[in-house]
Amino acid sequence: MHDTQLVMYDEDFRKILAVTQRLVKDANAKGVFVVDRNGQLIGEAGEMRGIDTTSLASLTAGCIAATGGLAKIVGEDEFPVHFHQGQRDNLHITLIAGRIILVVVFDERSSLGLVRLRVKKAGAQLARVFEEIQKKSDQGQGRGAGTPFAEITDEDIDNLFSV
Amino acid sequence: MSFINYSSREINCKIVYYGPGLCGKTTNLQYIYNKTNPDLKGKMISLATETERTLFFDFLPLALGQIRGFKTRFHLYTVPGQVFYDASRKLILKGVDGVVFVADSQVERMEANIESLENLRQNLGEQGYDLDKISCVVQYNKRDLPNAADLDEMKRLLNPKAIPDFEACATHGKGVFETLKAVARGVLRDLKQMSR
Repeated sequence: MHDTQLVMYDEDFRKILAVTQRLVKDANAKGVFVVDRNGQLIGEAGEMRGIDTTSLASLTAGCIAATGGLAKIVGEDEFPVHFHQGQRDNLHITLIAGRIILVVVFDERSSLGLVRLRVKKAGAQLARVFEEIQKKSDQGQGRGAGTPFAEITDEDIDNLFSV
Repeated sequence: MSFINYSSREINCKIVYYGPGLCGKTTNLQYIYNKTNPDLKGKMISLATETERTLFFDFLPLALGQIRGFKTRFHLYTVPGQVFYDASRKLILKGVDGVVFVADSQVERMEANIESLENLRQNLGEQGYDLDKISCVVQYNKRDLPNAADLDEMKRLLNPKAIPDFEACATHGKGVFETLKAVARGVLRDLKQMSR
């Protein structure tokens, strides 16, 4: 079965934001990004605002997808934790609950050990938030019932292309 | 798998351009990129080999405007067309909302087109999708070439169910936006259906 549609309400977003902001502080990170496995950016926090987050999300998802493929070849389910070391900045990428990707960017103000430790806690919190989102979706609340999209007309769609 | 974000009032959808090697998938995205208002597009990413063959994917984020107060964003991806990159193609189809099958009109590429379409059906199936149910359009690219196959014959072979299809010459832009609009329309209509 393929993934269900992801619908995120304001209250969900606020919970995700709270976890990412706390992680920035606790891990001394430059930036924290939460990305859907399909490459959509869900939330961000930290001092890296202004960077191309759309590309970051898409490439992170590509990276997770490629290593996931590699994992299957060698008989693993996933490689859920990735670490990329740069000259100044480093990337710590974690796959959470098989669906959400947590990206932490950090420099010499932090350390891999500290990031790992803090990501573990934040990851568990995010997993719970996304479990709730999934639950809502399964109950039909998040499947778009009552969303503005139920009411869109062909004219609305055509208007998108008329500009 | 579309992503509806009530917090930022955005809806994001994923469209994948599929087709045999050198059929013009990347050229479609490059044309869209070049002709789109800079305010509406993000950076185009091409993960390609030194000889500019797509290695993993091309990616182009595009904003189409608002619908019922929600910003609609489409993420356009291409797959690597060469046969041996099948593992990568499967990964890119994950979470897809709409597919553009780009066919190469040259007579000698007809077998490659058929093989690629079959590969698309199979890879979608592995992800839990049915090619006959997902929003899909067909583009007959390279119609300007002297060795282009008969259009009716291409339709018979590649589009027996008569889904929306378009003749194109992606290098000059003919049919590129028509194709994109048709698949985007299909995706939004699916979204409407799902919301009911």
